[in-house]
Amino acid sequence: MVHNISAQRNRVGIEHDRVTNVSSTDFPGYYPGEDQAWNIDKFKKNFKIQISNLTDLSSSFDLIGIDASISNAFRRIMIAEVPTLAIEYVYIENNTSIIQDEVLAHRLGLIPLKANPDYLRWFKKDDPDIEPTDYDTVVLHLSAKCTANPSSTPGTTDPKVLYNNANVYASAIKFEPQGRQAEWFPDGITAANPDILIAKLRPGQEIDLTMHCILGIGQDHAKFSPVATASYRLLPTIDIIGPPMTGQLAQKFKSCFPEGVIAINSKGEAYVKDARKDTVSREVLRHSEFEGRVKLGRQRDHFIFNVESTGAMTPDEIFIKSVQLLKRKCQILRKFDLRT
Amino acid sequence: MPSATNENGVSESSEALQEQIVDQEMADGEFEFEGEIDPNKIQMLPGASEDGTAASFRILQEDHTLGNALRYMIMKNPNVEFCGYSIPHPSEAAMNLRIQTYGEISAIQALEKGLDDLMELCDHVEDEYRKAVEAGEYSTFEP
Repeated sequence: MVHNISAQRNRVGIEHDRVTNVSSTDFPGYYPGEDQAWNIDKFKKNFKIQISNLTDLSSSFDLIGIDASISNAFRRIMIAEVPTLAIEYVYIENNTSIIQDEVLAHRLGLIPLKANPDYLRWFKKDDPDIEPTDYDTVVLHLSAKCTANPSSTPGTTDPKVLYNNANVYASAIKFEPQGRQAEWFPDGITAANPDILIAKLRPGQEIDLTMHCILGIGQDHAKFSPVATASYRLLPTIDIIGPPMTGQLAQKFKSCFPEGVIAINSKGEAYVKDARKDTVSREVLRHSEFEGRVKLGRQRDHFIFNVESTGAMTPDEIFIKSVQLLKRKCQILRKFDLRT
Repeated sequence: MPSATNENGVSESSEALQEQIVDQEMADGEFEFEGEIDPNKIQMLPGASEDGTAASFRILQEDHTLGNALRYMIMKNPNVEFCGYSIPHPSEAAMNLRIQTYGEISAIQALEKGLDDLMELCDHVEDEYRKAVEAGEYSTFEP
């Protein structure tokens, strides 16, 4: 059981049918005689980041000592406001595949592209007089023609052997650098995943199209979102109340949680080994023998983030950009002089 | 590519622009802000108290992302009696923010302090995250 009052305040209670104590109460005037005013030094002292996993495509990290309103802002920005590059305009020169032009264009738009968006500026879509230029538009080209493969052995039924270009993959998309784009994007611009199937063709069918990619945000269209998922959960807490559970009871208690959450020590007593692994299924609250013996909860200021990138950027870049974008929002508002 | 590029395929304005981009990046270590800012991005709504200690603001093109974060930071100010935000209609991209103070400071001052505090917080979160990435105390294989 948590005896520390300030730690108790930071617990969201989990009952069998409801959650309790959900709102933050760390505001001045809420607790008599306590100073809850914003203090950056206090924040710096309490705030911690622990990264447990970071790869090119996914990341898991903890933000500890921050309010839900702020970490939720980071999450929302990662999903909807971090700009990325995506195919927006498709100029179809030839499409004799069975996929209709508009469906093909839509499929192409959803392909995540690996490109550093910092080197591009916004293409002003709503201005009809504006023509695309090399600093706001990236040109890609896709051409594929399916032909019969005369050297395939008779009796083969696999279309990939029978025909050339039976499947068109995202790897067939070619970057056409405009202006100085070859300097800005020395590694070229390619699909983040080369194995995305775009269309299937049969001999005589052909796809030939030019694509214009522009910057956008997830708020406008999900194809611009740099993340597949960006979510957080609060750290679960389990408190055993009263005398330790032993023997059969301890075994049953242990089986109410996922593997590794509860362990039994040398004295045969059940103890909480790793509450983080708990899925908070609340199974333990369904059994009357544990009534009043356990308190489930979540730590209100401990966020376990999980970010999966689409491949356009690494997860750490996405998070850093979300923090910078929240600051930028404030900077913009700060520029206005409301006093006049 | 049409317009702005000459027959060599080199955009006439690209050189200057690229320098601008690089300058910007060197200046603040962040990616540049694009587009013009709406001059009416934030407006004070009619009906503020005479002494300016209670006022409502209308912020365009903002939602719960900034609304809730800013509300929290302003509520952390001991001089603020009340702060709340709302999105009056889901199809209007606007957020209303209400601030009432105890009278020591004006609502505008409370808003400015809220914004400053939030920026300071963001700076610290970014620093800490960069430190954590650099420290490298994490697994690097796909889970």
